[in-house]
Amino acid sequence: MRREPVLRVIGKLLIPYMLVFALYVQFHGDFGPGGGFQAGVISAAAVIFYGLIYGLPAARRLVPDAVVESMVALGALLYLGVGFAGLVLGGNFLDYFVLDRDPVAGQHRGIFWIELGVLITVAGVMLKIFYMFAGRGREG
Amino acid sequence: MTTFAGHYTYWVTILLMAAGLYIMIARGNLVKKLIGLSIFQTSVYLLYIAPGKLIGGTAPIVSVRYEIYSNPLPHVLILTAIVVGIATLALGLAIVVRIREAYGSIEEDEIVAADAGRGERE
Amino acid sequence: MAVTVLALIVQRNLFSVVVLAGIYSFLMATVLVALDAVDVAMTEASVGAGISTVLLLGALYLCGGEEAKPLSRPWLPLVVTLVIVGALVYGTLGLPAFSDPQAPFHTHVVPRYLQQGPVETGVPNVVTAVLASYRGYDTLGEVIVVFTGGIGIIALLRRLRRGRTEGT
Repeated sequence: MRREPVLRVIGKLLIPYMLVFALYVQFHGDFGPGGGFQAGVISAAAVIFYGLIYGLPAARRLVPDAVVESMVALGALLYLGVGFAGLVLGGNFLDYFVLDRDPVAGQHRGIFWIELGVLITVAGVMLKIFYMFAGRGREG
Repeated sequence: MTTFAGHYTYWVTILLMAAGLYIMIARGNLVKKLIGLSIFQTSVYLLYIAPGKLIGGTAPIVSVRYEIYSNPLPHVLILTAIVVGIATLALGLAIVVRIREAYGSIEEDEIVAADAGRGERE
Repeated sequence: MAVTVLALIVQRNLFSVVVLAGIYSFLMATVLVALDAVDVAMTEASVGAGISTVLLLGALYLCGGEEAKPLSRPWLPLVVTLVIVGALVYGTLGLPAFSDPQAPFHTHVVPRYLQQGPVETGVPNVVTAVLASYRGYDTLGEVIVVFTGGIGIIALLRRLRRGRTEGT
């Protein structure tokens, strides 16, 4: 498909906007619809789109296997890290009120970090599933 | 006090649920069974979210311009349910791919017959 | 949507079944917007009509694209389905009517979340506030479920490195 001019041009135009839109949905999840899950899926869809047009080896060069596998684990660790930070700083597990001197700012900080963790894990898992299915190869 | 207009949404949900259930139990192709499962799941989302809507309300994002909001609690549950649903679908499809490589077909009766034949030979 | 689903049941070419499933997810997302569930609609559109279709097409490429004709007329599943539909319709006759503001669904806990949510957490989107702050533990469980799904896929579809495929 990389010889199709229409797909290549549209892909180069759209993929940066898809990534920016994913980041917009992630950070604007407090004020409008959005949040970690939607942003993770949209950013994974941008990379999958790139992989569909330019081929799987090109996508693997862009986001290597080791990066994707570490993303899968990193998001869950980040989420648990925020939970344990609440424990260490004197509150309960996943308590956001103790993360800052002002409780409402602590809530903001906690929600920001856990949404980031959700984004990383969901994007990593979706991308890893695509790599596994597309890289399998039909036999017989 | 059951009126048609009052309970119409539940019956649409039940129709979709029945369609998903029928695909799952009446068709032998494994991929089609998984699609039936995903249709069943989306009908359950409708079952939870439809009673949350208040006519004249708006999306549950608090702002000074609106006073009535639709119920936000089912949205939270269904958000989790959607993500769990794709994890299930992805794992099911991976198992179907492995079955295809092991048995050579994804039709349920052919697989059961192959298993019975293999069991007799052993 | 009912038309889409009925066409999906009858169709035997699996590629068109996958496309119909994508159309069905997209229609479900628009219905959800009409029901004021904007977060859920965005997730359903991106997940159901996006990722799910890509996964099904990938699996179809690996598996082959036609469904065999069913050998016997499926009367028993049809009867079972109709019996279950009858039981469910009888059950829904006792549920509250659509958009009834006095139903216990709307008056039990929700006013507290709608009033105290933006004040306690500083986040106007009540769905995000409940998901990330009030019920943050459930979201942790969900992230662990997604993580486990990814691990399961890696375990099922990995190839051994020594150049030969896994034995049966």
